[in-house]
This record gives sequence, structure tokens and C-alpha cells, in this order.
Amino acid sequence: MLTGQQTWKFQREPRIISTATIVGPDEAKGPLGNSFDKCYDALEIEEKTWEKAERRLLNEATQLALSKKNLTPNDLQVYVGGDLLNQIVTNNFVARELKIPYLGVFGACSTSMESLAIVAQLVSSGAVKKGMAGASSHNCTVEKQFRYPTEYGAQKPPTAQYTVTGAGAAVVSLEGEGPAIEAATIGRVIDLGITDPFNMGGAMAPAAVDTIIAHLNDMNRSPKDYDLIVTGDLASVGHPIAIDLLKKEQVPIQSTHFDDCGLMIYNTKEQLVQAGGSGAGCSAVVTYGHLVDELNKGHLRRILVVATGALLSPITYQQGDSIPCIAHAVALKGKGVE
Amino acid sequence: MSNKKGNSKKYSRSNLSAQEYQSFAKTKEPPRSIFKNCLMAFFVGGAICCFGQGVTEFYMYIFKMSSQEASDPTVATLILIAVILTSLGIYDKFAQFAGAGSAVPVTGFANSVCSAALEHRSEGLVLGVGGNMFKLAGSVIVFGTVAAFFVGIAYMVLGIGGH
Amino acid sequence: MMIYVWAYIVGGLICVIGQLMFDVVKLTPGHTMSTLVVAGAIVDGLGWYEPLVEFAGAGATVPITSFGNALVHGALTELFETGWIGVISGIFKLTSAGISAAIIFSFLAALFVRPKG
Repeated sequence: MLTGQQTWKFQREPRIISTATIVGPDEAKGPLGNSFDKCYDALEIEEKTWEKAERRLLNEATQLALSKKNLTPNDLQVYVGGDLLNQIVTNNFVARELKIPYLGVFGACSTSMESLAIVAQLVSSGAVKKGMAGASSHNCTVEKQFRYPTEYGAQKPPTAQYTVTGAGAAVVSLEGEGPAIEAATIGRVIDLGITDPFNMGGAMAPAAVDTIIAHLNDMNRSPKDYDLIVTGDLASVGHPIAIDLLKKEQVPIQSTHFDDCGLMIYNTKEQLVQAGGSGAGCSAVVTYGHLVDELNKGHLRRILVVATGALLSPITYQQGDSIPCIAHAVALKGKGVE
Repeated sequence: MSNKKGNSKKYSRSNLSAQEYQSFAKTKEPPRSIFKNCLMAFFVGGAICCFGQGVTEFYMYIFKMSSQEASDPTVATLILIAVILTSLGIYDKFAQFAGAGSAVPVTGFANSVCSAALEHRSEGLVLGVGGNMFKLAGSVIVFGTVAAFFVGIAYMVLGIGGH
Repeated sequence: MMIYVWAYIVGGLICVIGQLMFDVVKLTPGHTMSTLVVAGAIVDGLGWYEPLVEFAGAGATVPITSFGNALVHGALTELFETGWIGVISGIFKLTSAGISAAIIFSFLAALFVRPKG
């Protein structure tokens, strides 16, 4: 049900009854390495092309999320997913394997929460009984499409981010056990004129702040109502900017734990990842792995995941356009939390 | 009715203008370690050039070539080495530290052609490798050729016969 | 022996110019290399590149600027020898080895090797 300007507060709260996360070698070596269901030790993911590798990650994530609860694709009435590749081909091919109704979405790196919000709404409103949300990214497919061939020796600046090789999927239903989805705030496109595609964090921070403020206003909450507010991939450049922007609007963000998936997934001091992680898979694997675990164990009670995306293409950047960004937020709560 | 209290919003939306935000974001960019990067570029670039000098002298003394004749085999040798290092997956890792030191020498040119060829092999030899090989190096060739043409025209117009 | 020292210094300095273009002017590698090639072409047009090659050897012939130098050299030599058409027909004469080597070796590499990421 619409609450405020852009938030859906679910009267019937759907639950994330199962998740799966499959990642590559760099994520396995990061601080959250133990929270992923399966880690591959080479970027090829045992496939011949980078594109097939990304598909394999997402295929396995979707299949594993279902099999953990003894479900098959036929138990679902919709799959909503997206990725960073042109025409979101990874998800198109994965949906081909699932053989169920499919809604492909593009939110760049905000896809995880965009797809989760849509599935939650479809389940809560009774349009579907069980749905699955998925998102994926692969370091090499993204470098090849957006930047340079993977063996090209271009020196990355310290503001650059490292795309996560990983796929996450979540099964959502009204019945079953798991973190409840309380509300979802759909973001609007914010563009404050950043043109540097090697500074995504700086471009996306205003969008994250806009959605956080919209969510808090719509829900009439303040940051301390959450144990954790986490952005998708602002990383070490964008996250401090977001903190400053929130403080400028007198949002007491320091009263809660404010973190970022791109900073959680890698050890930025030891791994060569420049500013931190990014990619549609980043917020997906951190949320569906570590954060859902913490909610299930009761270590976290109520969290807000704000996935951030940069909606550019290589052509818009070459034509001199700035980078429009968006952020979608989903509020999750653990077992037994009212 | 969305807000139970019915009053105005709790937190105001940011009304930062684009210019204000861009200046602010600039101050938050971590500074590039320009001095360290230049030092690395100098050391690596100089070393590659020195190595190139050694290769030239090798061809001059072992194959009895003049220094003019030795320049083509030298360039070909450096390109071969760069292609091998790119194929082994080493060149890009080394370039993160070396920066312009590995990009500016002709080895950087070879790396750009080779990396594009390797990457697009998955799209086939003709459209993939053939069609994408000069994705990065193309600008260098285009601009070099156009510049050479205009320099030549300038010489013609000024009536100088060339060297 | 001194030529090795000068090769190091001159080559290193040209790379430093490239690095400043990356870090201070914030150009992409493509823009930087294109600028350096054009610079090499202009410097040779002014007649200053050949003396640099005499003096610094590989320090001047290994950086990408020498590609611009070779393109101009080829055009001007041909212009002098065969007339105005030389401005077009001579351009790739001296750079043929470099371009051909890059194409041939890269093609062979692509036949046998996959990128490693």
C-alpha cells in the first residue's frame, strides 16, 4: 500500500524464505568469504567465455535458492531479475532455463533491491504466490562492456571500483520462515552532473541520500529505528559523501550503523580493488548472504538496504553526458520483530 | 493519508545545485599520488627504453645491421615480448603500478592490440578478432596518420622538399 | 655507453609526460597516446625528432611518439622522392614493421590464448 510519496508499506509482509549466493575468487578472499554458498576459485567459472561464466553463476544461484527449500521452478509464478550486460542477457538466458514468467529489469547496480521490491509487491498483493528475485555481475563482462579489454594495461585511478563477480537470488513468499520485507522505497533518478565513469561512488551518493530521506519521511522513521542502513556500492569515495549529505539535511545518520556493501565485500587495504566493490551482484550477494544470515540469527533486527545504480552507457559517457543515478531501498526485519 | 501526524516532512530533500555538488565531490576525491606515479613511470619507461637500446645493439652487432636497419627488428621484438606478456596475463597487473611507463612505449601499443584481440576471440575470428583488434589502438593510428598528412601538406605548401 | 643513460632518461621523461597527462590533465589512455603521437609527428615536422634519436637512441624510438615521427618521416621522404602523392603513399612505409608485427602476433595469440581477467 502506498505510504507517502514513493514507498510501499506491505500490509501482508512477504518473507525471504530462501536465498543463494555464488561468487568468484576475489569475493571468496574478502571478509565475507564464509557467508557465500559457493565460491569459484577462477574467474572463468569453468566456462569458455566471461558471459557464459556470469550465466553459470546466476543459474546456480537460482537453482540453489530453490533446492534449499525443496522447491522447483514450477513452484514460482514469477522471476524478476537483472544484470549489467546489454539487453540484460544473463538474466534472459537464466530465465530461459527457469521456464517461468519473467520480468527483466535494469537498475544497474540497484537491480537487487529493485527486483526484490517488485517481487515483494507481487507476492504481497496476491499477484503471485511465490516469486524469485535475482541479480548478477561479473568483473570481466563489465570491464569488457564498459571499460577496456581485461588484459589491457590501463592504470585505474583510486576512485575506480572493482565489479563483484557474483550472483544472488532470493525466493519470496507470504508463507514460510525468514526475514520479512516490511517496505520498499522506489527511487527516482538523480543526476548532479558527475561525468567521470571512474567515480561512480561520487555520482551515486546523491541518489542514495534522496531515497534514504524519502524512505524515512514516508515511513515517519529516523535512522535509529534501524540497526543497520547499508548502501549498495558507494564504496570509499561515495560513502563518506553520502554521510556528509545526510548530515547537511540534519538526518542523524550517526545514530545507527551506516555501512556499504562495496566496503564490506572486500578488504580494501589488502585487495587491489581501489575504492571498493560495485556491480549488480555486490548488494545481491552481501544482502542475500551475510545480511539475511544475520537477520535469521537475530544479530540484526531491522535493516534498510539501499542499492545504488549508475544508469549510464559507454556511449552516453563518450557523448559527454553526465551520469544519472538511482537508489532503491528495501526494509527487512528479522524473526519475531514487530 | 500517508503521514499520521499530517505535518510537513521530517527531513528535507537536498536542494544542492549540480555545481555545488560537483565542487564538493571533487574535494572528496582521494588525491592521486602524482609524484609516486611519475617516479614509477620514469623508472619503468626508462628501463623499457634501455632494454630497447640493448635489443637494437644486439641486432646491430650480431646481425651486422646499421642502426637504421636495426630499428624495425627492434620494434618487432618489443612488440612480440609485449604480446607474450599480455597473453600470459601479466601485462595488465604490471601496468597498474607502471602506469604510463608501460603504456607509452611501443609495448603499450602492442598490449592494446593484443588485449583487444584476445578479448574478442569469443565472438569469432572475423567479426571478433578482426573487427575489434584496433578498438583501442585505432585512435593512435588515425591521429598519427592525419597529423602526418597535415605535416606533409605544410611542407608542400611551404615549398620545402622534405628531409 | 652514454647512449644507455640518455635512452633511460629521455624515454623515462617521455613516459612522465604521459603520466602527467593521465593524472593531472585526467586524459584517458586513448587520448594520451593520440596526443603523444601527434606531438611526435609535429616535432619531426619541425626537424627536432631526428636529433633526439641520434642523441638518445631507443629513448626516442621506443615511446609511442616515435610512431608519429615515423609516419611523418615516411610521408616527407616519399614527398621528396616521388612528389606530392608521397604525402599519402609514404605514411606507412616506415611504420609497417610495427603495425604488421602487432597485428600478426596478436592474431596468433588470439588463436591460442584466452584472456585471464
